[in-house]
Amino acid sequence: MNVNWFSADYLPWLILFFPLLSFVIIVLGTIRNVVASQVVAIAGIGISWVLSMILFAKAVWLADETLGEHVYGSAIDWLHLGANTFRMGVQVDPLTAYMLLMVPLASLLIFIYSAGYMHGDPHEARFFAYLSLFVGAMLTLVVADNLLMLFIGWEVMGFCSYSLIGFWFHKKSAMEAGVKAFMTTRVADVLMLVGIGYLFIMTGRMEDGPGFTLSFQDILRNEEMLKFLVNAQSVIWGTSAATLISVLLITGTVGKSSQFPLHVWLPDAMEGPTPVSAMIHAATMVSAGVYMIVRMFPLLSAGANFHHFEYNTAMYYMGIVGSVTALGAAVLAVGQSDIKRILAYSTISQLGYMVAALGIGAWVAAAFHLVNHAFFKALLFMASGSVIHAMEHGEHHAAEHGHPHEHHEEPDGLVMDYCAPPNDVNRMGGLLHRIPITAITMAIGGLSLAGFPLVTAGFWSKDEIIAEAWHGGLWNDPYPLFVLIMLLLGALLTAFYTARMWFLAFWGKPRTPAAQYAGPGWLRDRWVKWWNKQPFSGEDKLEQEHADPVTNRSAMLMEIPLMVLSFFAITGGWIGIHKDIVGKNPLHDFLAPTLLEHPEVVPFDFTPMLVSMIVALGGLGLGWWLYGRKPLAAGQTDPTEAALGPGIWKMLQNRLYIDILYRNYIVRPLERAAEKIVVEGIDRDTIDASLESIAEAAIWLGEAFKRFNTVVIDGFVDTTVEGIGSFAGWFRQIQTGRIQQYLLFVTLALLALGTLFLIQVR
Amino acid sequence: MDITAEAIVFLLLSVLTLGSALLVVTTRNLFHAALYLMLALFGVAGFFVLLAAPFLAGFQVVVYIGAIAVLIILAVMLTPSVTRLPRIYNAQWAVNLALAVVFFLLLFSVLTPVVDDLGISGTWGANFTQNSPADVPASSVSDLGEALVDPQQYMLPFELASVLLMGALIGAALLVSPTARDDEDAPHESGQGA
Amino acid sequence: MIPLWMYLVVAAGLFVIGMFGVLSRRNAIAILMGIELMLNAVNVNLVAFWRYQTPTKLSGQAFAAFVFAVAAAEAAVGLALIIGIYRRKRSVIADDVNLLKW
Repeated sequence: MNVNWFSADYLPWLILFFPLLSFVIIVLGTIRNVVASQVVAIAGIGISWVLSMILFAKAVWLADETLGEHVYGSAIDWLHLGANTFRMGVQVDPLTAYMLLMVPLASLLIFIYSAGYMHGDPHEARFFAYLSLFVGAMLTLVVADNLLMLFIGWEVMGFCSYSLIGFWFHKKSAMEAGVKAFMTTRVADVLMLVGIGYLFIMTGRMEDGPGFTLSFQDILRNEEMLKFLVNAQSVIWGTSAATLISVLLITGTVGKSSQFPLHVWLPDAMEGPTPVSAMIHAATMVSAGVYMIVRMFPLLSAGANFHHFEYNTAMYYMGIVGSVTALGAAVLAVGQSDIKRILAYSTISQLGYMVAALGIGAWVAAAFHLVNHAFFKALLFMASGSVIHAMEHGEHHAAEHGHPHEHHEEPDGLVMDYCAPPNDVNRMGGLLHRIPITAITMAIGGLSLAGFPLVTAGFWSKDEIIAEAWHGGLWNDPYPLFVLIMLLLGALLTAFYTARMWFLAFWGKPRTPAAQYAGPGWLRDRWVKWWNKQPFSGEDKLEQEHADPVTNRSAMLMEIPLMVLSFFAITGGWIGIHKDIVGKNPLHDFLAPTLLEHPEVVPFDFTPMLVSMIVALGGLGLGWWLYGRKPLAAGQTDPTEAALGPGIWKMLQNRLYIDILYRNYIVRPLERAAEKIVVEGIDRDTIDASLESIAEAAIWLGEAFKRFNTVVIDGFVDTTVEGIGSFAGWFRQIQTGRIQQYLLFVTLALLALGTLFLIQVR
Repeated sequence: MDITAEAIVFLLLSVLTLGSALLVVTTRNLFHAALYLMLALFGVAGFFVLLAAPFLAGFQVVVYIGAIAVLIILAVMLTPSVTRLPRIYNAQWAVNLALAVVFFLLLFSVLTPVVDDLGISGTWGANFTQNSPADVPASSVSDLGEALVDPQQYMLPFELASVLLMGALIGAALLVSPTARDDEDAPHESGQGA
Repeated sequence: MIPLWMYLVVAAGLFVIGMFGVLSRRNAIAILMGIELMLNAVNVNLVAFWRYQTPTKLSGQAFAAFVFAVAAAEAAVGLALIIGIYRRKRSVIADDVNLLKW
């Protein structure tokens, strides 16, 4: 077989190969050397990024409408199953190409950022090994050409998320969070695997079909197959095979992308190092869940005619789960004070948008928002990491300046309303002057998240989702109207909590000594010079401060990726602006051939755009009114808390008690049931009891045998053993340890065998 | 067998090779034995020439005589106290000699047509009927070179051989490196005597 | 012309002499020399068979070349072992190294 590794058909293998190679090299070779591990990891993802860009460029410039049908790809025979062969392979169609624009780039920046953030951690090399494995798994998932390979990447990521969330495993809460993430997603993964298995069986039942298969090309681009699955009766009465499979697959996404009711793991996953949060919750894992349903959309929507507002069960399921999550998580984000947890709920909420978008058939919009969200959310997470890093430094410096070190009681295990001091936005304030680059880039990311009109990426993708929902809602169908209302409320709250987070962290005066001495960030000296020259700074002059080079270097490593990402957080949306505004929608034209039935563009309508502008600006304005106009002073109660009252506030801080509900009504009863039924009922009373009676019978029988044994068998055996013993005592004398004697025996044996052979043959 | 020049050369080479081989295993002085070994190896190289394998003959001279025999001489010189042993054979040498003779007779009886000619047993010998060598293609040396690097033929074993040599080189260097392991359990330095 | 069996007999002689050396000499270096003689006997066989039976196929010559490589490796490691043992025990007599037993 001649393989040209640089043709687009084979390039995807290399893209996923290099990060996996880095993982192997680090684990087997450079685990003891931090710098080498950093270099290996960054080189691995760097090469993959370059290859992905080549592939993406090729897909954009050289591919025409037919890339969806004639994908780049190659496959090997994996398993021979009777009549047909299961093939494992890679493919690049427009959707994959679009993902390849985002995943390696975001990951590369996260790697560089990690080199700064993890500086000095004793297990930094291990961290980079896991990160490389993680990216390798994500890329496997993205370029996979069948569901099984996708699932392999999916599960490897599950493992990596467990080990990365629990990376600081000596902290009990981190360990518990890792287990929680793993177990929660496992519930969904098992159901998803059942769905995959069922799909595999059903494809084999189709007459004149491709046989047993999980290949995307065979299933999703095969109208006969989809029709067959829709019409086939499933094992559950009244549902078609397509519906059952779709519901199971979507459940996989509900776990992986942290949708209600399996959203509980994601906020706790913030126990991991911040680059991990950026990685898992922005660029890779949660995106993988949405990517999977975007990928499987032709199957999920099979039988529905959503252009005419006829939806099927799977789409109702996505729409309702997605919109409930979008609004619910936004509500919870308002009530959090941990900066990372605010972002965590925001992630859940934004993923809800994507799932809901698929629920109303807005396929391109979901993919568009997926990639945009990955960029600005990675930016926000990494910026929050920079903030936390600065606050930790600040606490250290404050102690040097004579402020007593406050003692914080760390809880033993996960506590719902506990917030680690460096993460607490109430303890920040005024950080704009300490870490200006972070403040500005986080503002850009925040504006994109809030959907600041006309400029930011988040606006255009969110607007497209809302426009599609509006288009459906106008026909007075209650379902799209419901989705629309939920999403608009969610968007309002999103803008509000974003503004709240930013103003609490960066605006006003420092509320604690830690905030006063935080950082300093990269280029702060330039900022101070510029600020002091401005007329509006008035009395509020800043002092220059010398930063030591090590701090400066790691601040720089952290803040440069932020600047790169803020570029994409703005411009990433410009490729998908509605064609009635700018004449052409390149993203839509590029992605559309992925589907067999090219998605239609909804006619442009100015009203939803105006509504979403009002919503975004209203939320941001409300946030400014409460937190920006008059910055929160030290010791003052959060205005939102004052408005809502302590009861509701506490409920929000405790995440509506959902986690506690699960713990008390699912985990604990299960444990207790396991104790009662399995340990006591089955194990002790049934199995043990029967075993004991068997044992007693055995003992009696044993006694009988013993009699027989001593008399008959022992007599025989003893004689034999003694015989062998005395023979061995004589025989072992041959073993002198002298090599030449051994060789002599060998030669004798050879001679004997040779003679025997000759006599036999002649 | 006609008495041709080739036959005379063969006879001389046989005497040279077997004679010096005998001296290798019987000489008391190990240094002399090593020199006889070189001579025996030269004889084998001569056989290679006679068999129209000039490349292997050159290889024999370079690798065996140039490298291995020299290596052996070096080893002899590095272990000076034992160059001359009072007894050069171990206790079982008589058995070995008998065994060697029997072995040789067995091989001789199979390889040569003697047994069959004597009429003892019509089917005992291996009956090698080729009494004259076949024609060798003129390009056999370059063919051999190509075969060794041809993926369809011997490239894999060829590369494996290079890996083997590399491994042997590293292993040898490790075994004789003077650091660490040498004195690890030398009794007088560990202080335990025993 | 020389018949094939003559080469084979010479090789057999060489092999048996080498074998005797391996089995009987006390000095480990002498044992190695015996091994070299045995390997050479094999090589003579290989080349003779090539010449008389399949001169167009190169298996005989190629295998002889591999025997060279193996012999070189064996000599290097063997002599290193001998020198290592000599350093420790001040002896190269094979019987003195009788650890290969129960």
